[in-house]
Amino acid sequence: MSRIKKRERVFMQGNIAAGEGAIAAGARFFAGYPITPSSEIAQHASINLPKVGGTFIQMEDEIGSIGAIIGASMAGAKVYTASSGPGISLMSENIGLACMVEAPCVLISVQRVGPSTGLATKPAQGDFFQARWGTHGDHSIIAVSPATVQECFDLTIKAFNFAERFRTLVFVLMDEIVGKMYETIDIPDIEEIKVENRKIATCPPEEFKSYNFVEDLIPPFAPFGGIRISKANGSGHGLDGYPDTNPENYDRLVRRLTDKIENYKKEICLYKAFNCEDAEILIIAYGCSTRPGLAALELTRKDGLKVGLLQLQTLWPFPDHLIRKYSEKVKKIVVPELSLKQLKSEIERYVKNIPVVGVNKVGGISITPQEIVKEIEMEYK
Amino acid sequence: MMKYNGKKFLKRELLPFFWCSGCGNGIVMGCIIRAMEECGFSRENTVVVTGIGCWGKADDYLTTHAFHGTHGRALTIATGIKLVNPSLEVIALVGDGDGATIGGNHLIHAARRNIDITVIMSNNFIYGMTGGQYSGTTPLGAITSTSRYGHVEDEFDISELVKTSGAAYVAKGTVANPLQLQRFISKAFKKQNGFRFIEAMNICPTHYGRANKLGKAPEMIEKLRKSSINIKLAKDMKQEELEGKIIVGEYIDKKVDGYIRRYKEIQKRAAK
Repeated sequence: MSRIKKRERVFMQGNIAAGEGAIAAGARFFAGYPITPSSEIAQHASINLPKVGGTFIQMEDEIGSIGAIIGASMAGAKVYTASSGPGISLMSENIGLACMVEAPCVLISVQRVGPSTGLATKPAQGDFFQARWGTHGDHSIIAVSPATVQECFDLTIKAFNFAERFRTLVFVLMDEIVGKMYETIDIPDIEEIKVENRKIATCPPEEFKSYNFVEDLIPPFAPFGGIRISKANGSGHGLDGYPDTNPENYDRLVRRLTDKIENYKKEICLYKAFNCEDAEILIIAYGCSTRPGLAALELTRKDGLKVGLLQLQTLWPFPDHLIRKYSEKVKKIVVPELSLKQLKSEIERYVKNIPVVGVNKVGGISITPQEIVKEIEMEYK
Repeated sequence: MMKYNGKKFLKRELLPFFWCSGCGNGIVMGCIIRAMEECGFSRENTVVVTGIGCWGKADDYLTTHAFHGTHGRALTIATGIKLVNPSLEVIALVGDGDGATIGGNHLIHAARRNIDITVIMSNNFIYGMTGGQYSGTTPLGAITSTSRYGHVEDEFDISELVKTSGAAYVAKGTVANPLQLQRFISKAFKKQNGFRFIEAMNICPTHYGRANKLGKAPEMIEKLRKSSINIKLAKDMKQEELEGKIIVGEYIDKKVDGYIRRYKEIQKRAAK
């Protein structure tokens, strides 16, 4: 391992913690292209992967990077790449390829302010929907988002576990603030880290089908080079991976690709609830905006206001069940985010009877606790 | 050379090929599967990676491991596969639109870093599947569905480009001479290290042939044969004499470390 052998407490950067989490989760292949504010993740991979027999390669662009990790994944490795909005835009087509061929991969996106080159490289949370709908066509996707350096480590491991378990691409949607920040974190003993591996096919080779329909909807995997001949196909395919253009078959395939994630929503949707039991006002936040949100909670609780905070650690599939549950008893929802209401608009799909107000900034600086406090206090005026 | 038929690599129940009648892709396919057998490849140790286009359908007829990826990106996928499992024979099948145009950047970089894979490009000077548009290898003046008044751009000599980029082995053959083409492919397969590139000059009677009034497939093949000049002979010929000729033969055959071997050294250095 790079640093992780035994339990220790270390002062670490968010990007590096994500890189450490990846290697702890068993990742052995990284292909990437330089872009701030994610650069440290690639640098960390280039130093640490060869130490553990893994491979780092810097590709000619982001399209090549995601192509390489998808190929590497189908050859059996745990794989990841790291980038930011502009790079993710370039990767978009192959995000769909990963979903379609069901290649477990982790894509760490350290958000910066867009659109286009934007302000290189100031923080933003404008890629909430890019993670969900960056690629074309119907599909489901998983995205987790850390708010602390500790979570950069922990949720990256979770992301690999989800990728392996559900055979899909998983986003770790970070942001410049969390990625570049240093905090002290607890690294567990390597033995204590729960690591999941993809389900491997065990049937007789002649019976193997690359996309066999099984009860849990996740086809058992056979790596390239094994005795079970594996066919990955980004075009419409039947159970054996060979082309099938039959409408019923394709409809079934796309529904399965969606259901294999959506059916497990409750297991995938990670969150933290702070002071929600008696809350009248609920802050809902993710990533860097969780931090001023928590500070605002503390300030307003001191004044006796009943404020709670729901931190979404999983963004996609969207935790509508949690939104419904936690909004039941509150009078108002406040959504701080570094974007023009992307998260807020998604919440509003599920909350119809109480006001949902945003605290929004897109100028490349963080939201302050006071800006959130102001929005909370309005309710009591 | 014909003692190998390569049948074990062909998914015969899916025949006939979906390609148009007269298309040269079947000839290239035959050369590949025979060369695979000759070189002792097995279904289990071979991965064929394709992109999108007429030639991108090639893996549909093969019994090996296969990855049918996205347009222009076959080499990136092949790179990932080879790096994770170096013991595999990784073959990328790309067309001129797929490999030399949208995927041109990946091609030169894969050649530069000498990734240890074999690429077989079927070059028919045109995008077939989308209706006969011009590609990066369409010759100046050629008529295509997007160059109705004659093509305004010069074409790439892809073999020269890949050679200059640093590839270990580059050869150009034609579907008019399958024995030679197969020999080049076998040689590429047998070479253990570095990036190996075969350009198979091909015909598209449906689009390119019809638009440029080149006749039916047999006539087009005959024209290919007549315009082919061996690279050894071409060396002593003047530029004017080579106008419109296809220079066939081995462009480069050199010994290189290859990416895998070099990266193994990096791993050793890092582990110290």
